[in-house]
Order: sequence, then structure tokens, then C-alpha cells
Amino acid sequence: MPVVTYISADGAINEIEVTSGTSVMQGAVDNMIDGIVAECGGSCSCATCHCYVDEAWQDKVSPASEMEKDMLECVLEQQANSRLSCQITVTDELAGLVVKLPASQF
Amino acid sequence: MTESSCIIIGASHAGAQLAVSLRQEGWEGRILVIGDEPYLPYHRPPLSKTFLSGEKHVDDLLIRPEAQYEKVGIDFILGQQVTSIDRKNKKVFLKEGASFAYQKLALTTGARVRKLDLPGSTLRGVLYLRDINDVENIRHFIGPRKKVVIIGGGYIGLETAAMLRKLTLDVTILEAADRILNRVTAPELSAFYARVHGEEGVAIETNVELAEFAGEGRVSEVRCKDGKVYPADLVIIGIGVVPNTELAETAGLNVDNGIMVNGHCLTNDADICAAGDCTNHFNSHYQRQMRLECVQNAMDQARVAAATLCGKVNQYNALPWFWSDQYDLKLQIVGLSEGFDEVVLRGEPETGRKFSAFYFRAGKLIAVDAVNSPQAFMVGKQIITRGLAVDKSKLSDRTIAMKEFLKSSPN
Repeated sequence: MPVVTYISADGAINEIEVTSGTSVMQGAVDNMIDGIVAECGGSCSCATCHCYVDEAWQDKVSPASEMEKDMLECVLEQQANSRLSCQITVTDELAGLVVKLPASQF
Repeated sequence: MTESSCIIIGASHAGAQLAVSLRQEGWEGRILVIGDEPYLPYHRPPLSKTFLSGEKHVDDLLIRPEAQYEKVGIDFILGQQVTSIDRKNKKVFLKEGASFAYQKLALTTGARVRKLDLPGSTLRGVLYLRDINDVENIRHFIGPRKKVVIIGGGYIGLETAAMLRKLTLDVTILEAADRILNRVTAPELSAFYARVHGEEGVAIETNVELAEFAGEGRVSEVRCKDGKVYPADLVIIGIGVVPNTELAETAGLNVDNGIMVNGHCLTNDADICAAGDCTNHFNSHYQRQMRLECVQNAMDQARVAAATLCGKVNQYNALPWFWSDQYDLKLQIVGLSEGFDEVVLRGEPETGRKFSAFYFRAGKLIAVDAVNSPQAFMVGKQIITRGLAVDKSKLSDRTIAMKEFLKSSPN
């Protein structure tokens, strides 16, 4: 299983095996990483699974849909590498992916 | 020495979150979740959407897989019913006879569908939609061009209609009020959803008074008091839910349209919390008692309740929000529009499929319904939470970006 590294706002590092085909959000929820809230369970409705994709991986993750881009425009502390983690599907090609989590999802 | 034990009754969304939050808050004793359905806690919103269509399976619905609960020591007893709580001796009793002692108890018993009591309502093919088994039942009756009559034009009815149209069924919605979504939105929203459903081929009848369901052994038609008859291979009833409070009531907890909880999700028993659809709380944003039926409330109350059970102080003050996916429409709702005295529209609900409605009361924004307009939702949430002033006259001007409204100062 691909390993995804989650770096919390306080610097805590969690390296998690995430099943291919599930989302970066689900990997965090399954492992109780509390920087990801994910209220809507992955339907791109709440923007509470905001993360920053490490620069080295930005081109490798699938691009954001228009709906996701619209949501990201209005999240707190938006950056160029902001994504909703429920919209990033983990694949074998993404083994080693690094995402940083914001201080707050609200 | 007996290990301290927290029992959670209800393997619901709230129950799942509460169990995990207990561990995060530092609960070291046993955590036991008891649920009457045979499944681990699962997401209910997809039931009327991707689970109904067959795109998602039971495993996809689970909030967390079994192994993850095992890893943090959360135990489950599933498919069994709790019949009583003995608060004096701090024990819960199961229908099958077993009993478990608790130090702390949480009630996350959720809600169940409101049943319709009419002649013929027990015929085969007269169904409801609340849990996995309901949808699996519905699936036995659906197929291309079959006729389905949906009773109730609320969100469940409309989402189900949208998905069944996609599966090419012939769909009719019968609504008792004079418009669909009557209880929850402004007339403009109702008109918009009525138009879109019409365009997608759904027949909507309002002001309908039902008389009976008829058929030989299984339903074949729905009869109304005015004599109209609607043929049906299947009837799906979606007329709301009632909270599961009997257990709490019998145990002597305060119940009034939900289990009464304070701002820390505590009941009138200092060792018993409650969270989710089954509770009634005083909402600080709207200054009144309310019972909410949504995932947001289930999760947020569960977190607060877990802290309380661990002896910490955490206050529930989240702003309610909801969502509904139908066809290509993503509706995001923040706040409660009930009691609004003015609505401002941004976009053209009469023609397009993208607009938002801002609800005001005494000049203050209280809710936003955003259709395919996530920025209106996101910004509206901030405005309400932070109490920002909004220039109403500018809201409908789409040349002004939604983000600009965040620059104003508080009311």
C-alpha cells in the first residue's frame, strides 16, 4: 500500500499506509489524524479536509475540478498548493506523497 | 479492579465520532458501542444517492473500516438492541439478556422514519428510506421504466427522485403542502427545484391529500381523496423522522422533542451525554431550542460530548450546515432560514442552474442556500459565524466577487 505522509500544523509527522483507490482524506480519517475533519465524508461539499500538497508532488496529483477550485478560493489560509484531500485519490504512483495540514479547517 | 467503561448506545455517525473522540480526549478505559443494525457506523447521506444507484457498496459507506477501530480499542456489539438503562446501578440491558456496567454513558440513538398510517400502508412495495436495509429493499423493486410514487417533497424525496430518474424510472412526487421543500426553504428555492425536476422528467403534484395505497398483496396504485389515482410499482415515503428517545425517557432523562442536553451535551444525569439527531439543545446562534437532523451536528456534538465525558469543558456553538446532491446540482446550505423576513437572490433561479439565496432577519444574515455556488456557501458561513455586516444591495451584483464581502466589519 502506498505510504502518505501527513504533516500537522504543529509539525507532527504521520506516515500512513493508505489503500490505493481511497482518498488522502480517508487515510487521515481512518487513522484519527485530527487536522482533517471531513464532515461531508468526501462529497466535495464542506471544505473541511483542506491540505497543502508538497511542492514536489503538485504536478503528480490529479487536477482540481471547477467545484473544488471554487471552494478552495474561500478556505482559510489558501495557498497555491491548496487542495481538498477528499478529491485526491491515492494510487501506487502517489507512493511517498507528502501533504501538510492547516492549523484550522474552520 | 474493574476497568472503567464508557458505553455508547447507537452505532450511528455520532456514535462513531464520539468513540474516536473519546480516545483523542484521553479516555483510557473500555469503549463499547452497541448498535441495533448489523453494520459498523456508516455514512447515511449516500444512501439516497450513490448507494441507491449501486455505485457504492456497504464497505464504501463505512465511516472507518473495522481494523481501525480495533487498532484504538473500540469494541462493537452490533445487531442487538438495548432495552433499558438502570441509572442507579449504572448498567445497560440488552434484549438478548446480557447486561453491561458503565461509568459513563452516551446516547447516540438517532432518529427513525415517521410512518404513514393509511389503508394499504403495509402492502409490499410501500417502503421508506433511512438505512442500508431500506435501500436494499428498494433495489428489489426498481428497474427501467418502473413507476415509482414518492410521498413527500423534502430532501430525501427529491434526492431519491433524482437518482431514480437517472436509472430511468417513471417518477411522481406527491406533496401535501402547496410547494416542495415547504418546511425548509423560500418559495424561490421550491420553484427552482420544481422546475429542474420537471425538466428532468419528474411529475410533481402539490396539495395532495392521500386516501390509500391499493393492490393485491403488493402495491399497484396510490389513491387520493380527490379521486386521482397514480399507478405504482413502488412507493417510497419520505415525510420526516422522529427522534429515538424512548430509552432515555424510560430511564427518567428529560425528553422534549429529543433528549434534552446542555451546551456540553450533558443530559440531566451527570454521567450521561447525548449527541446527534436524538438530542434537543439550545442553539446560541439562533437563541432557541432545536433538534437538528444533520451530519454536522452529529459530529460536532459527539466531539463536545466526548470531552465532557472525559471531564473537560467544551462548549457546543457550531453553525448548522447541510448539503444535498441532485442531478448536476450541488446545494450547500449554511444556517437555518426559518423566520427570515427578506431574501436576496444572486443569479437567476428562473432559468439557470447556478444561484444562491441569502436569508435575512432584522437586517442580519441568518442562512444561505447555494446551488452550484460554493463560494456563496463558504463566504456565507464566515459572515454568519463572524457576525459581519453585509451590504444587501451589492449581494445580487455578480460582478462583485463573494470574497469581497469578507472585508466588511462586524455588525
